[in-house]
Amino acid sequence: MPIRTVMKANEAAAWAAKLAKPKVIAAFPITPSTLVPEKISEFVADGELDAEFIKVESEHSAISACVGASAAGVRTFTATASQGLALMHEILFIAAGMRLPIVIAVGNRALSAPINIWNDWQDTISERDTGWLQFYAENNQEALDLILIAFKVAEDERVLLPAMVGFDAFILTHTVEPVEIPDQEVVDEFLGEYEPKHAYLDPARPITQGALGFPAHYMEARYTVWEANENAKKVIDEVFAEFEKKFGRKYQKVEEYRTEDAEVIFVTMGSLAGTVKEYVDHLREQGLKVGVAKLTVYRPFPTEEVRELAKKAKVLALLEKNVTFSVGGALFQDFSRALVNLDERPKIVDFILGLGGRDVTFKDLDEALAIAQRALNGEEFDEVNWIGLRKEIL
Amino acid sequence: MAESPFKADIERVQKEYSEKMTPGAIVYIPGSSVINKTGSWRVFMPEFNREKCTRCYLCYIYCPEPSIYIDEEGYPVFDYDYCKGCGICANECPVDAIVMVRETK
Amino acid sequence: MEIPEQVKKKLTLPAEEYFYAGHTACQGCGAALGLRYVLKAYGRKTIFAIPACCSTIIAGAWPYNTLGANLFQTAFETTGAVLGGIEAALKARGIKVKGEDGVMIVGWAGDGGTADIGLQALSGFLERGHDALYIMYDNEAYMNTGIQRSSSTPYGAWTTNTPGGKRHFLEKRHKKKVIDIVIAHDIPYAATASVAYPEDFIRKLKTAQKTPGPSFIQLFAPCPTGWRSPTDKSIEIARLAVQTAYFPLFEYKEGKYRINMPNPKKEPKPIEEFLKLQGRFKYMTKEDIETLQGWVLREWEKLKKLAEVFG
Repeated sequence: MPIRTVMKANEAAAWAAKLAKPKVIAAFPITPSTLVPEKISEFVADGELDAEFIKVESEHSAISACVGASAAGVRTFTATASQGLALMHEILFIAAGMRLPIVIAVGNRALSAPINIWNDWQDTISERDTGWLQFYAENNQEALDLILIAFKVAEDERVLLPAMVGFDAFILTHTVEPVEIPDQEVVDEFLGEYEPKHAYLDPARPITQGALGFPAHYMEARYTVWEANENAKKVIDEVFAEFEKKFGRKYQKVEEYRTEDAEVIFVTMGSLAGTVKEYVDHLREQGLKVGVAKLTVYRPFPTEEVRELAKKAKVLALLEKNVTFSVGGALFQDFSRALVNLDERPKIVDFILGLGGRDVTFKDLDEALAIAQRALNGEEFDEVNWIGLRKEIL
Repeated sequence: MAESPFKADIERVQKEYSEKMTPGAIVYIPGSSVINKTGSWRVFMPEFNREKCTRCYLCYIYCPEPSIYIDEEGYPVFDYDYCKGCGICANECPVDAIVMVRETK
Repeated sequence: MEIPEQVKKKLTLPAEEYFYAGHTACQGCGAALGLRYVLKAYGRKTIFAIPACCSTIIAGAWPYNTLGANLFQTAFETTGAVLGGIEAALKARGIKVKGEDGVMIVGWAGDGGTADIGLQALSGFLERGHDALYIMYDNEAYMNTGIQRSSSTPYGAWTTNTPGGKRHFLEKRHKKKVIDIVIAHDIPYAATASVAYPEDFIRKLKTAQKTPGPSFIQLFAPCPTGWRSPTDKSIEIARLAVQTAYFPLFEYKEGKYRINMPNPKKEPKPIEEFLKLQGRFKYMTKEDIETLQGWVLREWEKLKKLAEVFG
């Protein structure tokens, strides 16, 4: 029987790792993710998880050790955030290019400078071109579930790509919520053993991994990573369906909430979706036609689902905790790309908010709504809007 | 001249060689370099004097390619398909049984 | 390569050959020769981790392969970390590592990838005690990028970023003693070796194989391209590096130092004999040579003392 308990998202991630039974974990402490490897080392120490735990001297080495271990043919896991993920940046490309299905749990945190340990999504968003799959959790249960799902998708032969699962710093990493821990037996059935046909080191089968690719071959190698990302779209749907069947919880790449007849649809990710759902309830009570859509999957980008969503609204209001300087947020770029060649498309208004742990309040969302409504009414509006700025100190 | 010790490998590699991209760009054919005939790099070639040779094998030991092997009688054989003509063998030969001469081709 | 049985008996090296011809190392490359010796010692049951360096090319660009063993090519600074990951994974898979019948996991990185950019990962690897061997093939500069100085470049050497010139801008720092940094981690086995002394190198490789825990070998590997030396002189230069005590052969095993010089009683030859074969040293003044000679003899005395006290 699944156990219902309460825990922080960091603990939920550690539990997910325990259930997935990785053979090698290499991790380095960083706020707000430290508790994940800490908890895993307890599992290993208590004999509850049979894995090699490598206490590396940096995140760069953490991911490098994971790459080495995964290339040697075993399931691997690590956790990090912010500067730690940025330090891994170089090796993230290598993991994807070598088609190694490593999973990272990321406590989404802002990047320096200034030094800031609190939540936004700049860390994972900045890794969107590395070839990794990206999932974002709204709550602690999703953090646990999505890590299991990430392993399943990543290891699928049609995919073979690494994956990161993001959950917001402190808002989730350090907040206790009810979580259902699935049965080990059912997880075993769901995930199975990782038995790679491509990347494993065996003296009886000498291979080279990571060879130099000259211009005559490099593009084809990169194209296979593109194809794998495309394949992942279908595989994710299949895995979501199987997960629902086995565990009873439904996931969608783009999850909609009260979008029927909505004129304005807010689009967001992570824990902010919870806040916005409540805000939408509050607006609906006042008779406003608004809804919210949450991206559970950001890479591969769910283009088809986003196009379907676009049919339903007159305005898409993107609420995002990241910046692409001189452009807006990354979602703004992605949504613009997805919709640009459609004959009919909604207006897109971009909102940058909640950076570095700034709370997102109903007052902030009121501010965003007012701008979205100007777009709805055909009035002039700014495409990119920083919400909740303390103008008095600027 | 004794047969190239890489003969079987060359045949195997020629049979299996493929440029077809694999997931992770993994190379599955060990020793596939044998189809690169690096002998074309050579400017000077080792000329061997069997009479002087004492069969000490220093040339074999120090060949970085390796393109020197040993025949049934224990004498070195130079594989000009691969020898780049570095001259280490001639320099290390204690009895001057190997001299480097300019390629004529 | 098949070697006749009667020759095998006379050979001072293993006759097995898993280093394939057709590789693209420069003529007279010490690193290529070093790889050949490692494969002679360990055979197919070797797993190499090689960072981006000359050996990336030597080991073969896609779809080529030169090493008849498993090879994992990694980022420049990650050799130590990757070794840890591979070792952990093999152990988790129940594959025996090290020992006579075990798999040898071998990191093979240059001096830049070890003494400079890879030093942190190396330290982590040594400190955590992984069952693997790290070989630093020392050609005393960043050769793959075009001969830039590393912290392992010796005093007085020309490189492309210590180019000599009017202000006599040659390398002004002595060679970093990476092996001393390694020994400071108090690992079970560390040694220096040279491609000019393959029997000694292979004996050390076998010792590393038998010794549990991390081991480290600093292998002197001449680079004719970067050293501006004739390609046929690679072995002679490497031999002189030892005979002048510029690169003394020694090993550190379980806290004890042992010098492995070919003629232990012999006084070191003058350093000029080592320098004169290499174009990279031709800009050195008499004072420069004296400075380098002073350093060589001081370090040699230090090593002899260590062997005497902790032998």
